[in-house]
Amino acid sequence: MSFPRLSVRALKKSFGANVVLRGLDFELADGEVHALIGGNGAGKSTLSKIIAGVESPDGGKLCLDGEPFTPDSRRAAQTAGVVMVMQELSVLPTLSVAENLFLGDLPARHGVLDRKRLHAGARAALTRVGLHALDPDTPAATLGVGHQQLVEIAAGLVQTCRLLILDEPTAALTGSEIETLFALLRELRAKGTSILYISHRLDEIGRLADRVSVLRDGQLVATLHARETRRERLIELMAGAALPAPIASAVPSGRGALAVRLRDIHVGRAVRGVSLDVHGGEIVGLGGLVGAGRTELLRAVFGADPLSGGTILLGPDQEPFTPSSTRVAVRRGFAFVPEDRKHHGILARLGVQDNAGIARLAAYCRAPGIVNASAESKETRALLAQLQVRHADTAQPIAELSGGNQQKVVIGRWLNCAVRVWLLDEPTRGVDVPARLAIYALLRERAAAGEAMLVASSDYEELATLCDRVIVLSHGIVGGEFSAAELTPDAFMAAAFRGFKTGAT
Amino acid sequence: MARLRHYTEFLFLALLLAALVGLFSVQSDHFWSLVTLQTITNRIPSLALTALGMTFVLVAGGIDLSVGSVSAVAGAVFGWCLADRGLPAALAVATAIGAALACGLINGVLVNALRMPSFIVTLGLLEGARGVAYLVTDSQTKYLGEKLVLLQATPFAGLSVAFLLTVTLMLVAQFVLTRTVFGRHTVAVGTNEEAARLVGISPARVRLIVFALSGALAGLAGLCHVARLGAADPNAGSGLELSAIAAAVIGGTSLMGGRGSMLATFVGVLIIATLEAGLAHLGVSEPLKRVITGTVIIVAVGAEATRARLTARRLQRAIDR
Repeated sequence: MSFPRLSVRALKKSFGANVVLRGLDFELADGEVHALIGGNGAGKSTLSKIIAGVESPDGGKLCLDGEPFTPDSRRAAQTAGVVMVMQELSVLPTLSVAENLFLGDLPARHGVLDRKRLHAGARAALTRVGLHALDPDTPAATLGVGHQQLVEIAAGLVQTCRLLILDEPTAALTGSEIETLFALLRELRAKGTSILYISHRLDEIGRLADRVSVLRDGQLVATLHARETRRERLIELMAGAALPAPIASAVPSGRGALAVRLRDIHVGRAVRGVSLDVHGGEIVGLGGLVGAGRTELLRAVFGADPLSGGTILLGPDQEPFTPSSTRVAVRRGFAFVPEDRKHHGILARLGVQDNAGIARLAAYCRAPGIVNASAESKETRALLAQLQVRHADTAQPIAELSGGNQQKVVIGRWLNCAVRVWLLDEPTRGVDVPARLAIYALLRERAAAGEAMLVASSDYEELATLCDRVIVLSHGIVGGEFSAAELTPDAFMAAAFRGFKTGAT
Repeated sequence: MARLRHYTEFLFLALLLAALVGLFSVQSDHFWSLVTLQTITNRIPSLALTALGMTFVLVAGGIDLSVGSVSAVAGAVFGWCLADRGLPAALAVATAIGAALACGLINGVLVNALRMPSFIVTLGLLEGARGVAYLVTDSQTKYLGEKLVLLQATPFAGLSVAFLLTVTLMLVAQFVLTRTVFGRHTVAVGTNEEAARLVGISPARVRLIVFALSGALAGLAGLCHVARLGAADPNAGSGLELSAIAAAVIGGTSLMGGRGSMLATFVGVLIIATLEAGLAHLGVSEPLKRVITGTVIIVAVGAEATRARLTARRLQRAIDR
C-alpha cells in the first residue's frame, strides 16, 4: 500500500473569533506540482504555514508519507524534509549569499567557519537555481528582489526536500527568472519532490501544475486536473454560489458633486495606473486580492507614502492636489483610517479621550494653539456616547478596549472635522458584529451628509452590502467596476484575477 | 483611575525628596537652614532649564546629548559679545540665546533630513559645539565680572531671579506640554510616530520645535552658569546632558517617548541637587558622593521602571486580546 506524500484531515484553525480553517481535507501526491488557489481569507496561507510548522493547528491530523506529522517549528518541519519559502523575504541583507544559504547549519571546524566547504556548498546550491554566475560571497543586500527570492528558494533546497511550499514565488520575478524557476520546479518534480504552489496567477497554474485545489472559507471546494480545467471554472469555484445576495443600503445615497478624481495614479510597483472618481454622498468600495495595491493607493493619496505619478483633482472645480504630507491632506478635507489598527491607528498608551480628540485639537482652541480642556472633554464625551464606545473612563488607555471599540474611536476621531473624502482601509477588520453594524451605520450617515467614501475591503460581503459602487483592483490596475446591482461573486473574482499575469511586473 | 496613577507617581517622588531632606536634616546640624535652601536654589537653574528642554525632546521620542556643549556655546558667545565686541548686555544675551537656538535647529534639521537617530546627530553636536565654544573663547576662560547681576539678585526670600525665572519657565513648559496643540502633538509623536502622522500631524515639525526649544533652554542655562561664576568658561556644562537626562528619568519621563511631566522633571532636579548639597554637608568625599548619587538614580529609576513594566504588561495583554 502506498501513501500520499501529504494528507490533511479535518484541519481546524482559528485566530480569536476568526475561524480560518473549518475542518479542511487535502491530499498531495508524491512528485506532483499541486497548485492552491482561493480568494482572500480562504485559508491558503494558514494551511501552508501549518504544514511548514510555522503555525500549529487547533484540531485535525497531518500525515507525511503515511507517518503522523506534527511539526512544532519551521525547523522541525525542515528536518522532516518540508521546506517553505516565505512570501516575505527572510534574507539577511548584511550577510553574504553563501552565509544566507547555510545560516541554519554553517559548516565549521571547532567553531571556526569553514569557508571552503561553505563556498563549495553555496556554489552547488546556486547552480541548482540557475544562478551559476552569482558569486557566493556577494552581500545579499546588493541583490535585486528577484535574485533574493531565488536565493531563498536555493536555501530551501540545501536540505533534501520531500515537500516544497512556495507562496506567490513569482510575484517579484522577471520573465527569465520565472522560466528558470519553472525549469527548476519541473526538475525537482522529476526527482520525486512534491511541490505545493500558491499563486494568484491562474495562467501559471495551467503551465506548471499537475493538479489544482480550490479553497473557500477554510474548506476544500474541489481538486481538479490543472491542464483540463478552464480559468472560468476556477473563478466560479473560488467565488462560490453560497454568498448572500447583496442587501441594498439602508439609506440609498444620493450621488452629489465630484469629490475626488484620480488619474493614472502610480505608486512604486504596487499601483500601475489607476483612475477613478468618487462623488460626494457616495460609498465606493475598493476590492481585490491581497497585493492588489489597495492599501498603497489609499496611503499615497493621503500623503503617507510618496506618489510615483498621476494627478489628483479635488472637488467639483477639480483643483489639483499634491499629497506632499498627511498634514496637507487633512487640511484639504481627507480623513484616513489605516488597515493596521494596532500599529498605525491607535495611540496605544494614551487614553480614550486623547485618541478621540487628536485629529481636531485645533477646534478646541479658544486662543490659538491652546487647547480648551473643558471644551475638549465635553465634546469627546459626547462623541464617545454617540458612538457607544464602551470604556471605563476617558483616561483609560485605549489598548484596553475591545477591537470594535478601538475602531469606533479611530473612525470617530474624524467626525466633526469637515471631512470631504474618507479613505478607509479595512474599516471593520477584527471588529465584532455589533460594532461592525454600528460602523456601517455611521459611514452611511456621513455619506448621506454628502461626504465621499473610498472603502478598501477584503470582505466581499462588506463591499456588496455597504457600497454603492465597487472598483476591483488587480495587481495595481483597475480590473473591473460594478454598481451594487451588477456585482456578482463570479464577476468580482474574474476582475480580481484580471491583472495577475506572468511577467506583468 | 489614570489620574490617580499619575498622582501616586508624583507622590513617590515627593516622598523621596522629603526623605532625603529629612535624612540630611537629622544627620547634619546645619542642613536645615535658609542658607542651604539658598545654596540649592541658586545652583539648580542651569540643570533645571536644560532638563526641561530634555523632557520635551524625550517626550517626542528623541534625545539631545548636545545640551552641555550648547550651553557652553551660549556662554562663550555671550563673553565674546561683551568682552571682544563691547556690545550691550541685552544684545549679548539675545545673541547668545540665538546661537544656542541655532544649534538646536541644526539638530532638528539633521535628524529630519538624514532620518538619523537623534542619539547620533546630537552626539556629533556634543563634540562639534564644544569645539565651537573653544574657538569662540580662544580656549580661555573669559572673566566678565558682574555683568549679569540681575539674574543673581535675590528679590524674594533669598531666592535668585534665575531661580524664579526657572520656576516660571517650568510652569510654562508644563502648560505647553499638557495644554497646547503642540504639546499634545509632541506626546502623540513620541507615543507612535506613524499613527500620529496618519492623523495629519507632521512629526518632522514637532521634532524641529523640540530640538529648537532644547537648544534655547540650554543657552539660557549657559547664561545662568556665566552669571553665577562671573566668567565664560569653554569647559562649562560638560556632563550636563547626563544630569539632565537623569533628572528627567527620575521624574518618570520615558526614554521610549510619549511620557513625561515638567513638574516631575523639576522634582527630579531637586532630588539631584539636594543629594549633592546634603552629601557635601555630611563631608562625604567626592568619589563616594558620585557612587551614592549613581545609586539613588538607579533606585529611583528602577522603582519607576518596575511600575512601568507592570503597567506595560497589563497593557500588552489588553493589546493582544
